[in-house]
Amino acid sequence: MKAKIYVTLKQSVLDPQGKTVQRALEQMNYKNVGSVRIGRFLEVELNCDDEKKAAEQIEEMSRKLFVNPNIEQFRYELEK
Amino acid sequence: MVESLPKDPLITPELIADHGLTPEEYERLKGILKREPTYTELGIFSVMWSEHCSYKNSRKQLKNFPTEGPQVLIKAGEENAGVIDVGDGWAVAFKVESHNHPSAVEPFQGAATGVGGILRDIFTMGARPVINMNSLRFGRPNSGQVQQLVDGVVGGIAHYGNCMGIPTIGGDVYYDETYETNCLVNAFSLGVMKINEIQRGEATGVGNPVFYVGAATGKDGIHGATFASTELTEESEAKRSSVQVGDPFMEKLLLEACLELFQTDHIVGIQDMGAAGLTCSTCETASRGGSGVEIDVALVPQREANMTPYEILLSESQERMLVIVKKGREEAVHKIFEKWDLHAVEIGHVTDDGLMRVKYNGKVVAEIPAREIADDAPLYDPPATKPRYLKAVSAWKLSELPQPGSDMTGILTKLLSEPTIGSKKDIYRRYDHMVRTGTVVLPGSDAAVFWMREADKYLSLSADCNGRYCYLDPVMGSRIAVAESARNIVCSGGRPLALTDCLNFGNPTKPEIYWQFKACVEGLKEGCEAFNTPVTGGNVSFYNENPEGAIDPTPLVVMVGQIDKKEHITTQWFKKEGDVVCLLDGLQDDQLAGIGGSEYLRRIHDLKTGCPPVMELEKEKALQDVLLEAIRSGIIRSAHDVSEGGLAVCAAECCFTAPMELESEAVVLGAKLDFSPVARRTPRHDALLFGEQQSRVIVSLAPENLTALEEMAGKAGVQCDLLGTVGGGELTIMVNGETLIKGEVKELGKAWRDAYANAAKTSE
Amino acid sequence: MKIGIVVFPGSNCDYDCLTSFSRLAGEEGLRAETKYVWHKESAPETFDAYVLPGGFSYGDYLRCGAIARFSPIMEEVKAHAEAGRPVIGICNGFQILCEAGLLPGALYMNRDLNFICEHVFLRTERNDTIFTSECRKGEVLNIPIAHGEGNYYADDETLERLEGENLVAFRYCTKDGLVKPEVNPNGSRNNIAGIFNKERTILGMMPHPERAAEIGLGSDDGRKIIVSLLKSLAK
Repeated sequence: MKAKIYVTLKQSVLDPQGKTVQRALEQMNYKNVGSVRIGRFLEVELNCDDEKKAAEQIEEMSRKLFVNPNIEQFRYELEK
Repeated sequence: MVESLPKDPLITPELIADHGLTPEEYERLKGILKREPTYTELGIFSVMWSEHCSYKNSRKQLKNFPTEGPQVLIKAGEENAGVIDVGDGWAVAFKVESHNHPSAVEPFQGAATGVGGILRDIFTMGARPVINMNSLRFGRPNSGQVQQLVDGVVGGIAHYGNCMGIPTIGGDVYYDETYETNCLVNAFSLGVMKINEIQRGEATGVGNPVFYVGAATGKDGIHGATFASTELTEESEAKRSSVQVGDPFMEKLLLEACLELFQTDHIVGIQDMGAAGLTCSTCETASRGGSGVEIDVALVPQREANMTPYEILLSESQERMLVIVKKGREEAVHKIFEKWDLHAVEIGHVTDDGLMRVKYNGKVVAEIPAREIADDAPLYDPPATKPRYLKAVSAWKLSELPQPGSDMTGILTKLLSEPTIGSKKDIYRRYDHMVRTGTVVLPGSDAAVFWMREADKYLSLSADCNGRYCYLDPVMGSRIAVAESARNIVCSGGRPLALTDCLNFGNPTKPEIYWQFKACVEGLKEGCEAFNTPVTGGNVSFYNENPEGAIDPTPLVVMVGQIDKKEHITTQWFKKEGDVVCLLDGLQDDQLAGIGGSEYLRRIHDLKTGCPPVMELEKEKALQDVLLEAIRSGIIRSAHDVSEGGLAVCAAECCFTAPMELESEAVVLGAKLDFSPVARRTPRHDALLFGEQQSRVIVSLAPENLTALEEMAGKAGVQCDLLGTVGGGELTIMVNGETLIKGEVKELGKAWRDAYANAAKTSE
Repeated sequence: MKIGIVVFPGSNCDYDCLTSFSRLAGEEGLRAETKYVWHKESAPETFDAYVLPGGFSYGDYLRCGAIARFSPIMEEVKAHAEAGRPVIGICNGFQILCEAGLLPGALYMNRDLNFICEHVFLRTERNDTIFTSECRKGEVLNIPIAHGEGNYYADDETLERLEGENLVAFRYCTKDGLVKPEVNPNGSRNNIAGIFNKERTILGMMPHPERAAEIGLGSDDGRKIIVSLLKSLAK
């Protein structure tokens, strides 16, 4: 099973990278750009057929390792 | 009329307590306002009267520090940072500040924003920051948690400083159990400017507009200042939203824009928004200017929708500045900021009524006398009791310690492998320490030496504090902190000018902690007076403690000195085969073994006890004066002072600490030394080799200059013992015909270089 | 001669480049005007050479050099380069040149993921260029690096072309000039520290010659590169 995990900064946390890219796009004349947020994307292969168990594991891994809960949040998708 | 907002919570005793205010402080607040506060005002008072902003528990003690001298241009407490004259119209602004609590909960961002904050303090003075240093204290590196913490803190400092293009050229690091759950992150910065470019944090001139510039305000760090003023507990984990995210790129733009602005005469004052954000900056500028300031917080650029005035005022979002602009110059100021892609916003103006008036969409939500809130903060003199442990530790005697075995080389190797003693290269190679091309002595010598190219001046800097000494004897330990930093500067060829301090302690409401604090302040004061080095500022960090106890008192000192001529720059490593090695010893006391509080006692015998080494200020001063005289006369090739690990570690470090890359210096030079002259004063071998006696410096010089050195020392009453000669690939140390230490310098050097990596590998 | 030192928002070795280029020109008795060029200037005066200095243009956000390549000045730099006039990119400047397509390949995260600041040894691969004429062929230079993303990558085909056409300028090596994996500080392919364009009029390098341009800073080997360029411009 494969898990795709998206880690982003919490909405309330400043994202300097996103802000800088947003300003650059504006200066490049993309007038319709709203906010830009930059995050991380992870793919984790799991040797596990039980979807519920996999989900539990991924959530635990995310909380423990992939994400700093002070500033980041995550969501994920599981693929067979 | 001051109005409450519909959604404001009711002010209850619980809410007041949640704001860290005591019932007495609340009464005092009402006395100043002559009415009940609004919720917004309660928030303002809570941050302004937090320990972090008001120094309410420490100010009475800090008044004892010497703060004046002919070199002082701006004194401690007057502005964001003190300013010192370095000659020919040039001045330096510098300061050290703690970011301990934020770093404990979010190491990378906590440390990064610590660097960002101190940099703003420096460049708001009108100076271009050219030097960063930091002083770090961690637990033992054999746990994964501490390794992650080290990695995060160092990474955060590197991220911010490297991006800003300011070299991080020195500092100090200790790894000790006492800092296991309370790491210390103290960041120092120094900037250079022409004396006539000094800026003020004042709001003057009625009607002058107040500009806000930099990052938008978010909800981050709300109550950061009160957060830094409480103990770390499990609950504080939950308060994690207090940690801010730093944006060094934004700060770089702010720095360049502000420096460009300072070249004009468009502004009357500037202040950064640090702890307590907009609140503190408006109050302080008004208070300093003897004026009032009126702002409308609805005009403040906001990162999130629906922020309340309370949140906007208390936010600690980073990289923001308040600028007081001369009326009529608004356009010119806008133009400069826009060049740097920054957007300045006029949020208010200077008034003459002495009030900090905050509006929200035109409604007055807070109106507070600015001078009173800043200057009439409560001041405490908490009870102080001499800690009970002191009796036991000071009664400990060397005779209680078993005589050491015969493997002194093994002990030496073990001490060199201590991460506190060993090389810090793993850390400083992650810092850009060469940008601005002024780092004339690379990190790794006693003091950092920097050539300020724009001013053509050489500075020497050293950060020091042995917390264990301060635990065992706070007065002596603090005195040693000042003396050692001065000694390091002298070893590099400089004369001490002034210092900044960061006082890291436990909970001051505990009488034993407060006693430690008072004693340390006393020790620092004595040290400052002895070396004519006034305190130009700094900060106090209390509540470095957890349910198991407080950290060892750690009054960190960063001293700034000046090297008058390039030729005087001296480093700690041996330079030339055949040179003679001498010990300059200011104390020469045979009763004091210097083993109490030593690394040897702590790491080899697992003891944290004894009296720390004795340091007599007059004798120390005599030693430093002779050493500087000798260096200036051109006869000294290397100078390295004895500190952690004692005389043997000091001698070993002279052999192998030359930067490996520099071909012009010999990388490895052994020495044949005979410690018999010193052994006459300190007969026990362990105390002789590993005792940390103060006021001692190992120097090397050409044989033909020995007489000259002996004469200088003799005149000053400083002992000068000939120890041996430089040469070969081995370090041997003999005493009365017996070889105590014999080792390949390459091997010893390897133990020293791999210290952190090896310590991080060994798990308990 | 006129040398333009491009200042992007976030550049931080601009001062070091300016002071070292102008001082070395003076020491060599060459008349050189060294000036900062603000990145928003799209058609500034004509320069004989451009220097893209180190730093963190746009905070190195997104990718190093990714945003800077869109600065107005880069149009001018490209036209200048296409006309065969010299450009040197140092550290972040090298990254920008790669992002802008003026040099092949890319620079990414160091192998051990950390920023590294230290002196390294470089082997000069050829001395018949305007940037290396003051060096001996194979000469080992002691010059510091200071970067987090200096790991040079190019695909096999590109690498083969670079090697085949002798376009590698410098390689990380031992003190004695041996190119070995253990002295590769960042994981760069073939120990590459710097490369030329096909015409050898553009040099991109991660190490900082301007930080090793006077003996007081530990090494003055970097002056050879700067002086080579200055002398070629004087001709």
